[in-house]
Amino acid sequence: MNAIGLSQVTVSLGGGAVVRDVGVVVEQGEWVALIGPNGAGKTTLLRAIAGLVRHDGEVSLLGRPAASLDRRQRARAVAVVPQTPETPPWLTVAEYVLMGRTPHLGPLARESAGDRDAAARALELLELQPLADRALGTLSGGERQRAVVARAIAQEASIVLLDEPTAALDIGHQQRSLELLDGLRDHEGLTLVAAMHDLTLAAQYADRVLLMSGGRIVADGAPAEVLTEETLAEHYGATVRVVTVDERLAVLPTRR
Amino acid sequence: MEAAAAPARAIRVRGVTPGWAAAALAFLGAALVTGVVAGPVDIGVGDVLRSLGDKLGVPGVTSPLDATQESILWDLRVPRVLLAALVGGMLAVAGATYQGVFSNPLADPYLLGVAAGAGLGATLAIAYLPHALAGRQVLPFAAFAGAAVAVALAYGIGRAAGRERDSATLVLAGVTVASFFTALQTFVQQQNTDTLQEVTSWILGSLPNTGWSDVAVLAPYVLGATAVIVALRRTVDVLSLGDLEAASLGVDVRRTRLALVVAATVGTAAAVAVSGLIAFVGIIVPHAIRLVVGTSYRGLLPLSFVCGAGFLILADVVARTALAPAEVPIGVITALFGAPFFALVLRARGSRA
Repeated sequence: MNAIGLSQVTVSLGGGAVVRDVGVVVEQGEWVALIGPNGAGKTTLLRAIAGLVRHDGEVSLLGRPAASLDRRQRARAVAVVPQTPETPPWLTVAEYVLMGRTPHLGPLARESAGDRDAAARALELLELQPLADRALGTLSGGERQRAVVARAIAQEASIVLLDEPTAALDIGHQQRSLELLDGLRDHEGLTLVAAMHDLTLAAQYADRVLLMSGGRIVADGAPAEVLTEETLAEHYGATVRVVTVDERLAVLPTRR
Repeated sequence: MEAAAAPARAIRVRGVTPGWAAAALAFLGAALVTGVVAGPVDIGVGDVLRSLGDKLGVPGVTSPLDATQESILWDLRVPRVLLAALVGGMLAVAGATYQGVFSNPLADPYLLGVAAGAGLGATLAIAYLPHALAGRQVLPFAAFAGAAVAVALAYGIGRAAGRERDSATLVLAGVTVASFFTALQTFVQQQNTDTLQEVTSWILGSLPNTGWSDVAVLAPYVLGATAVIVALRRTVDVLSLGDLEAASLGVDVRRTRLALVVAATVGTAAAVAVSGLIAFVGIIVPHAIRLVVGTSYRGLLPLSFVCGAGFLILADVVARTALAPAEVPIGVITALFGAPFFALVLRARGSRA
């Protein structure tokens, strides 16, 4: 079954089209890196998939038209890890992760034992139990990022959209964070779509790379097919060397 | 997967812990007793309790108070204390709600123009209605109507202007409407200098000695609004993550916010209509609780109501006894005592963090 199906998806913000006529199918269990220069429309496309912006065209999730899902059903199918998540400093990690259960609850409902178990499990998967009662305001950037991912895991949505999940992390935390996501993908059967700026990390972790430019998908394929020196020069205006290290690609910026 | 077998550690959510609930209720209880006992006519705690027992028909208990004392206790002090509790609780819980709903720690219940609208309504009533009418009978309705018009206007402008950044636009619309209404209010006030003092004293806030009638009018609004807010308290925490994240968790942000804003605003407008503009309660009480207890909105909202009620009862005690028989406007007291207290809490918290 397809996890995500997009057909002629167009999003207009402030009069201009930010995402134009995007048609893509993502299989269940795929890890897709969404790359592209600043302003290419990556964040907006992720929001369209999650139903957070008005869009034209059709979005289907897990084989069902998204238009037929209500908000909570949609949020049970798709979890979002935003680029700069709001993390109120007074909330504890446990309380924050438990909020991932919101789409499973009515507006007046309280969390059941099952909801608490789901949150406890997410804490465990991200090795956050020792921090469960710590306030978010006291965490380091890497710990906070893990808490945000844990919230998405507690949501128990099989599609997870991540907007620059590693932007705020150092190189070690970037790798650990992506390894963790890769492990969760296998373990939980997740479909991951991640907007990424770091092309080497995209090449190393993703099965498939979508290159967006000017609101359109201009290249789609395995990392080696999309990440070529010519394509990156054309769409990023960048001079790079694409090299192979230990059978995986690395993209190196070079000086003209 | 041994891990999945036993959720190694239970998820703990700090709603209202029994300890803090007891502390808050004890504070409210102490405030109630202080409020009933304080005043120029000496009525002791024991006499109050025995009079209460008599009223409730507890066998073998008769009130030791004479008719005047009974009247002072039950027709003046008790309703006034309850009025203070309702107004203080409402302002505090509405302030906390606004702070969560707008993800803005500085939001207070007057944010969307309630104060300016009520001020204009009250000023118009005082300035243009015959004096007999403009008294305590019509004034609350004029203030309530002004508040409702101002917030409805702010909401309309905010909705028309804002699609993407809903809450920020709404706050800006509120600020716009508030300044416009304040300007109108000032203009009317300047045209009618003979009623200047009356308007000023209303704006500074004071609790009326109107017996049970205001309590009866205000209670349904305050209790209804608070019930709605407390029922939605878990969602307020989700809204504090901002519009987009709350929406990505399946929350209907607009409708939930509208329900919360309407509840907080209607309750605040009703409170303002009987008490005038009492500054600072809506900001200081929730923040003091958060600094001391450090809780999520789920705990903060009910605690704010209880502590706000206690705080305003005590402020009213100071307002009516400090310069007795004259009364200091209660809004002056809340700011005068509230600000230094808040500074102390901030300082204590700062040195601990």
